[in-house]
Amino acid sequence: MDIAERLLKHDKRAAARLISMVENKDPEGLKILQNLYSHSGKAYVVGITGPPGAGKSTLTDKLAKALRKEGKEIAIIAVDPTSPFTGGAILGDRVRMNDLSTDKGVFIRSMGARGHLGGISEATSAAVKILDIYGVDYIFIETVGVGQSEIDIVKNCDTTLMVMVPGLGDDIQAIKAGVMEIGDVFAVNKADRDGASRTAREIEMMLDFNKNVAWRPPVKMVVAVENQGVDQLLESIMAHKDHLMSTGGFELKRQLNAKSEVVEMIKERIEHAILDNSHNEVALEQYAKQIVSRELDPFTVVENLFDNYKSAVSIK
Amino acid sequence: MFDKNQISILKEAVDKENAKTQEKLQKRPERKAVFTTGSGAPVNRYYTPVDIEDLDYMDDLGLPGQFPYTRGVQPNMYRGQFWTMRMYAGFATAEESNKRYKFLVEQGSSGLSVAFDLPTQIGYDSDHPLSEGEVGKVGVAIDSLADMEILFDGIPLDKVSTSMTINAPASVLLAMYIAVAEKQGVSSDKLRGTIQNDILKEYIARGTYIFPTEPSMRLITDIFAYCSKDVPQWNTISISGYHIREAGSTAAQEVGFTLADGIAYVEAAIKAGLDVDAIAPRLSFFFNAHNDLLEEVAKFRAARRLWARIMKDRFGAKDPKSMQLKFHTQTGGSTLTAQQPENNIVRVAIQTLAAVLGGTQSLHTNSKDEALALPNEDSVRVALRTQQIVAHESGVTEVVDPLAGSYYIEAKTKEIEDAAYNYIKKIDEIGGATKAIDLGYIQQEIMDASYDYQKKVESGEIIVVGMNKYQIEEEAPKGLLRVDPSVGEMQKAKLAELRAKRDNAKVSNALEALRTACQGTDNVMPLILEAVRAYATLGEICGVMREVFGEYQQTVNL
Amino acid sequence: MDRPIRVLVAKPGLDGHDRGAKVIARALRDAGMEVIYTGLRQTAEQIVNAAIQEDVDCVAMSILSGAHNTLLPKVVELLREEQAEDILVIGGGVIPGEDIPYLKEKGIKEIFTPGTPTQVTIDFIKANVNIK
Repeated sequence: MDIAERLLKHDKRAAARLISMVENKDPEGLKILQNLYSHSGKAYVVGITGPPGAGKSTLTDKLAKALRKEGKEIAIIAVDPTSPFTGGAILGDRVRMNDLSTDKGVFIRSMGARGHLGGISEATSAAVKILDIYGVDYIFIETVGVGQSEIDIVKNCDTTLMVMVPGLGDDIQAIKAGVMEIGDVFAVNKADRDGASRTAREIEMMLDFNKNVAWRPPVKMVVAVENQGVDQLLESIMAHKDHLMSTGGFELKRQLNAKSEVVEMIKERIEHAILDNSHNEVALEQYAKQIVSRELDPFTVVENLFDNYKSAVSIK
Repeated sequence: MFDKNQISILKEAVDKENAKTQEKLQKRPERKAVFTTGSGAPVNRYYTPVDIEDLDYMDDLGLPGQFPYTRGVQPNMYRGQFWTMRMYAGFATAEESNKRYKFLVEQGSSGLSVAFDLPTQIGYDSDHPLSEGEVGKVGVAIDSLADMEILFDGIPLDKVSTSMTINAPASVLLAMYIAVAEKQGVSSDKLRGTIQNDILKEYIARGTYIFPTEPSMRLITDIFAYCSKDVPQWNTISISGYHIREAGSTAAQEVGFTLADGIAYVEAAIKAGLDVDAIAPRLSFFFNAHNDLLEEVAKFRAARRLWARIMKDRFGAKDPKSMQLKFHTQTGGSTLTAQQPENNIVRVAIQTLAAVLGGTQSLHTNSKDEALALPNEDSVRVALRTQQIVAHESGVTEVVDPLAGSYYIEAKTKEIEDAAYNYIKKIDEIGGATKAIDLGYIQQEIMDASYDYQKKVESGEIIVVGMNKYQIEEEAPKGLLRVDPSVGEMQKAKLAELRAKRDNAKVSNALEALRTACQGTDNVMPLILEAVRAYATLGEICGVMREVFGEYQQTVNL
Repeated sequence: MDRPIRVLVAKPGLDGHDRGAKVIARALRDAGMEVIYTGLRQTAEQIVNAAIQEDVDCVAMSILSGAHNTLLPKVVELLREEQAEDILVIGGGVIPGEDIPYLKEKGIKEIFTPGTPTQVTIDFIKANVNIK
């Protein structure tokens, strides 16, 4: 049996291997995914993000357990976009999802950033498709929410959960409106700590600025380590799901997501094509030096890179 | 302590000498560009009164047995009696370990130190699935009072002092000890010994935790409260830097993080309504002794001074005993090499000297084969003899704190105290040790130091004799202690028999009463004792507490 | 194919001494590998499930509890049951030399005892993983 057949038969190893293949930009892997794409689209995708130390992994663990009680199959993709430049990474999110690792109905995959040329959101979204085809009811994507790349990761989800913790009062102000806007549901974790209700109030205030919305994101208090408030949080996520389903927002959101996914993929392809053509890093560094010393200007550099690329393509 | 005028003359002389020598060193460079201690702290070419010009003798050193106890907690130290030579031991079944204890007592060991196997330390019975392969391996397997009765058979508990390396389920093992004593006709007020009972360093470095931080701290304060009335001679906690150092920390981190844990325990006790001077005299500490002899001596002195100041200034302790940092030492397990294991005897001798010159109250010396397996009897004997040689032959025991006044020792003592204090300050800013552990701050600091050390060993910047220099071809060593793999089966059989024989209604009543106490705020100790007396197993008792308290979730920052 | 080697660094058994596991995790990371770290007290089942879900090239286990003869072979066995015997399995920790032949016979490809430079482990992994 080949990977595609095995994947359709709910084979864990096939799913795991195919994720590796697309993560490694193996053309064969992409081909398989292309062929099986029509089998995807059934799983409901929940993004979970928030600042470092907010307890996202623990909360993901508890949400997954709550859904397991209802007999749902779950996949969790834990994305760490913060790996250093060696290309290596230590992915440690599984530590907080220990009990899930013997549950046959749960599939956990850790993904690293692999260098700085982007691509992590593309790989994540491919992994979502693969796990969807593999056959789970819910897919959680868990990632730290500090920058644009993380927003890209979660913005393609059906429901996005923003996890906050008390003691980050100033940070809430600092988190750009763009980040706050992607939250469909908010959780204030470690709600037994001082300042939790203040944090919740601040989030409510931020949300109040945005009045013209059909869905007003609820703000829920949880203590993930003690499994407090998790069921209520799950209810809110389900309420958002129902809202999307009943208003037609679901189709619309998925269309928007598909559109932005295509745009992202184009961007990345062009970036890769042009930079690969210009012998990448070394050349880029050389240009950068020349720009700084004012021998060149960035406009001309981009112009040249584009021209080089175009002529290279036409020669082929 | 020094005349200002003389200091300024000396400063000038030092500067002059330095300029001159630097010139010479240009032509003839020293062995290394930078000299450091074993912990990586810088070391100057020499030290003079200039380096300790602010030292105030009475404030900073005091006389032996006087505040701030830098020079030791007793006025005459080892002229009164030697430290307790306490060898950590235990393996396989209670029967086997009982034999080893009797051997150690015959050999002149003055106190027992019980090592438990990992299932016991984590609150699982020997027949739990996670116990597979682990039963009796790193210590003795104790499933119930029945095992504990065998463990101390023929050992009069009113005569020996017993140290038990047990943390998360410390309350249960202490209860078992009290129950065994009852059967021997020894009342609990006569019992002497220590339970490690230091859960914070388990989260930080040693890993045998069970419950989350909050209920764990409650169990600890319950023990404090219970013992202050019923087991008054018992040391209720041994706040341990040993494992922090083993995990790769520096000497200053060992002191800083350990005392930060100590502060957390004292604060928890005060919050639970206990009086500082009621509990503090029963706190004891546990440190590591590494190879850098002088740095280690300075470390022990710094720890004593800093703790005395913390207890007096921060907690307003009145009883001098509350301010005295008393500690057990173990030589550094991580300094031992699997290569040329005989060399380890020399390392242990240096470390023993460090502990004794640093004023330890008790000492375990590691055996040469511990990088390979549990020690056999011969190597344990050499390790114990090492202590006896230092005690009887080295001469360092005849005088109190003989290194005091060394410019280098005093400068290092101050330096380690300051560095440790800064860690404590940082942890205070974070919100205390528990929170700093939750955030992974302490673990991360230790990990950074440990990785830094590893890189230096691999680059050859740090030489470990026999390991990365002076290697030889070696055959795999023979005669290592092997734990009989059938121990697991034996324990399982014993458990099955126990469960069939005991009054099971009594057991479940006791466990339900314990559950209620755990859910409420009553002291759990008397209820654990009841359950133990009814022969409830360790796993059953910890199981009830697991259900009520939940389990700790590890924080990993890499 | 130019892609990072994925390694599962796991602590089977009940011992909590993770200094070695963490050092090796960092060293592998610095050597450009992607390390999935499991944390303490892993059963053989947990390790194998993680290895499969994460599609790792290598499972590296550190154990100091003395339970190595029970736990390490069990991991190899379970991997075989899952038809994942292509995953390289190595171990390290306080493991007496006399146990090493047995462990190798059971399919643990190499055992790294205390004092082994991390570079030796890195080189071994690079030379022995089945990169497809």
